[in-house]
Amino acid sequence: MKTTVSACLLLFAVAASQAQVTSSRLLNSAKEPQNWLTYSGDYSGRRFSGLDQINAGNVHSLVAKWVYQTGATGKFETTPLVADGVLYATAPDNRAFALDVRTGRPIWLYQRQLPGDIRPCCGRVNRGVAILGDKVFFGTLDAHVLALDTKTGNIIWDVTSVDYRLGYSYTVAPLAVKNLVIIGVSGGEYGIRGFIDAYDADTGQRKWRFYTIPGPGETGHESWEGDSWKIGGAPAWMTGVYDPATNQILWPTGNPSPSNRGEGRSGDNLYTNSLLALDADSGKLNWHFQFTRHDEHDWDATQVPIMIDLGEKHFIAQANRNGFFYVLNRDTHKLLFANPYAKTTWTNTKDAEGRPVQDKEGGPTPEGRAICPGALGATNWMSPSYNSQAGLFYVNAREECDIFSTAPQPYEAGHAYYGSAYFPADETEPYWGALRALDPATGKIKWEFRHTSPSWSGVLSTAGGLVFTGDSEGNFIALDAQSGKALWHFQTGSAVYAAPMAFAVDGHEYVAIAAGSSLYAFGLP
Amino acid sequence: MLAASMVANISVAQQRNPYTGDPKMAKAGEFQFRINCAFCHGLGARGGGRGPDLTRAHKRHGDSDAEIFNTINNGVPGTAMPQNGTTGQGVGMTEEEIWQVITYLRSVEVKATAKVAGDPVHGKQLFYGDGNCSGCHMVQGKGGRLGPDLSGVAGARSPEYIVDSVRNPSRRLAKGLLEATKEFPQEYETITVVTSEGKKIEGVALNEDSFSVQVMGQDEQIYSFEKASLRSFTKSRSSLMPKYDESLLSDKDLQDIVAFLISVGSQ
Repeated sequence: MKTTVSACLLLFAVAASQAQVTSSRLLNSAKEPQNWLTYSGDYSGRRFSGLDQINAGNVHSLVAKWVYQTGATGKFETTPLVADGVLYATAPDNRAFALDVRTGRPIWLYQRQLPGDIRPCCGRVNRGVAILGDKVFFGTLDAHVLALDTKTGNIIWDVTSVDYRLGYSYTVAPLAVKNLVIIGVSGGEYGIRGFIDAYDADTGQRKWRFYTIPGPGETGHESWEGDSWKIGGAPAWMTGVYDPATNQILWPTGNPSPSNRGEGRSGDNLYTNSLLALDADSGKLNWHFQFTRHDEHDWDATQVPIMIDLGEKHFIAQANRNGFFYVLNRDTHKLLFANPYAKTTWTNTKDAEGRPVQDKEGGPTPEGRAICPGALGATNWMSPSYNSQAGLFYVNAREECDIFSTAPQPYEAGHAYYGSAYFPADETEPYWGALRALDPATGKIKWEFRHTSPSWSGVLSTAGGLVFTGDSEGNFIALDAQSGKALWHFQTGSAVYAAPMAFAVDGHEYVAIAAGSSLYAFGLP
Repeated sequence: MLAASMVANISVAQQRNPYTGDPKMAKAGEFQFRINCAFCHGLGARGGGRGPDLTRAHKRHGDSDAEIFNTINNGVPGTAMPQNGTTGQGVGMTEEEIWQVITYLRSVEVKATAKVAGDPVHGKQLFYGDGNCSGCHMVQGKGGRLGPDLSGVAGARSPEYIVDSVRNPSRRLAKGLLEATKEFPQEYETITVVTSEGKKIEGVALNEDSFSVQVMGQDEQIYSFEKASLRSFTKSRSSLMPKYDESLLSDKDLQDIVAFLISVGSQ
């Protein structure tokens, strides 16, 4: 009986600390660095942890505290959320799970029964959940949006967003803003018409939808040839950011379809490869910036943008898949600069606004042409990080060139729609990669840490003066934020396809990374 | 997974290609090939980093239409050849598209492979004797370990490719270990290290990451080094294999060696 009593007391003690995650907590997430409440850690997209217990002086002694194995195969791309002692994450094949952060022991598990004819482009992946109130939200490969009970994993609501058989799916971690769940669709390989949706967190009712390709009569519609807008792509498969000062969602979009063929869709193809500033309440477009006009390389501009404030000025920065690092003024919507942070051969000129534009010799040909960066880009979905203490923007850059070809391809609903593809250049230098630290004021590279091959891992920076990232050789690495010197590494056993995050419980800081089929949590001994 | 499941829904695949000899279908198949196959099998199906040259008339996993269909649709267990639609690069093909690819492959197939110019018996003598190939390469369990095993090379690479690899071994380094979750295989790069005790070791990279390297030395010993503990570490894309020009190996002798490799390797 004594045991039962103490168990009850313990339960009470833990439960008492579990307040609900309110929208006000999401706004002020910096005040609770022990939690990780949104995909990128906060609304600015910085992927920065205010925790400093693990620091440059002691990180060499970091050890694995627990490992959770999902049993799933395929790329494990999740960023877990942590709220009040419980960790929420997703795994391939639309698994979701909640773990006790102290031990890594599961509290509930969910797996969706997916239909056999889903259309993921690039693996049966998912990058995580959003949390608000007593629910976590995630998007599925059959294009549903789900709300699960944080305590049980039971489905509270399940909304069909769109017909997955046309090539739509969800892989993105949604973003909770006010009482809305914001989510962008995937499917740029299938000739979709992309959109960003907002759902009422309580009911699942759709509050707005913004089509990322304007319809007839809307501004930007003229940037499409004929009916190409109907199947023009512009997916929105990475999590955007939220600017409370202007009540705007800033969300990036992906490639036009067919990705490697511009013929048949002449024009700028708005709003592909753009940053969209949407009013959070109405979903109305306030302004946009297109990074790559009329793209023919599959260079989605979906990379997580980061809001950076320098002095009185408000910027938003993105290291783009096309090889350029863009810094925009959020107030004037003007481009400050676009500087290359990796090898680029597709452009030698910039337009009046300073935006790189594709050279005549910079696009694909029927025979194939070697162009840098490669089709997978100078970076991709791996999150960057910004550390205001170091004043540096960190991104994993991929140094690779590919042979881009183009070919006519008729559109067929629900079928792949590329307009040909790419191949590794036969006798070029081997691909490699580097974690690079960029100065957001100048775009200059301050340091790099060279990887053996290109990395697919995101980056975390912390108040402990550290940067964490992974590599394709399976290492999870801690580096000095100022110098880029590697201070610690751990072999996870699988190429890393996820971004790290940090949390704390009972006064102990942890850093977590997904790799292979396992989720690892590291801490001081 | 799209096409894999769509194809799987069709109960029995046809045994014969319905598009045989149709040039339009061959062209359509070429586009499909580029999207789904060229990443490994190379432009023009002439072989790439991981995949064999498919212009060779003899395919290791079967030459008939039905066998090739099966290879494409179901993959080859135990190799890098994946099930249709599971590569993560493309999104898979329908049954019709697979037949288009087969039509394309037939259109680029090199027919005249029955006759081999060289003398395989003499080639075997050279391989294990004066040519000194077997010092580093194994064929059917006999030979060295430093270079790739060549038992099956003639089934995967054209004679021209093999000749070029002998004449210019550094032009394309052979691909080695491919890990399950990694995109790029390790290549046969040359590693030279000087240990903290001053010992110099040269060999072939078995694997490498930012912090360590696993090497097969010229003595066929496996070495493991922490890079930080080495006095020096050098990696080179200049192959350890000597460049066999005509003064080392005549055209005729090389043809004989190729004939030997074909005699054992394309079966």
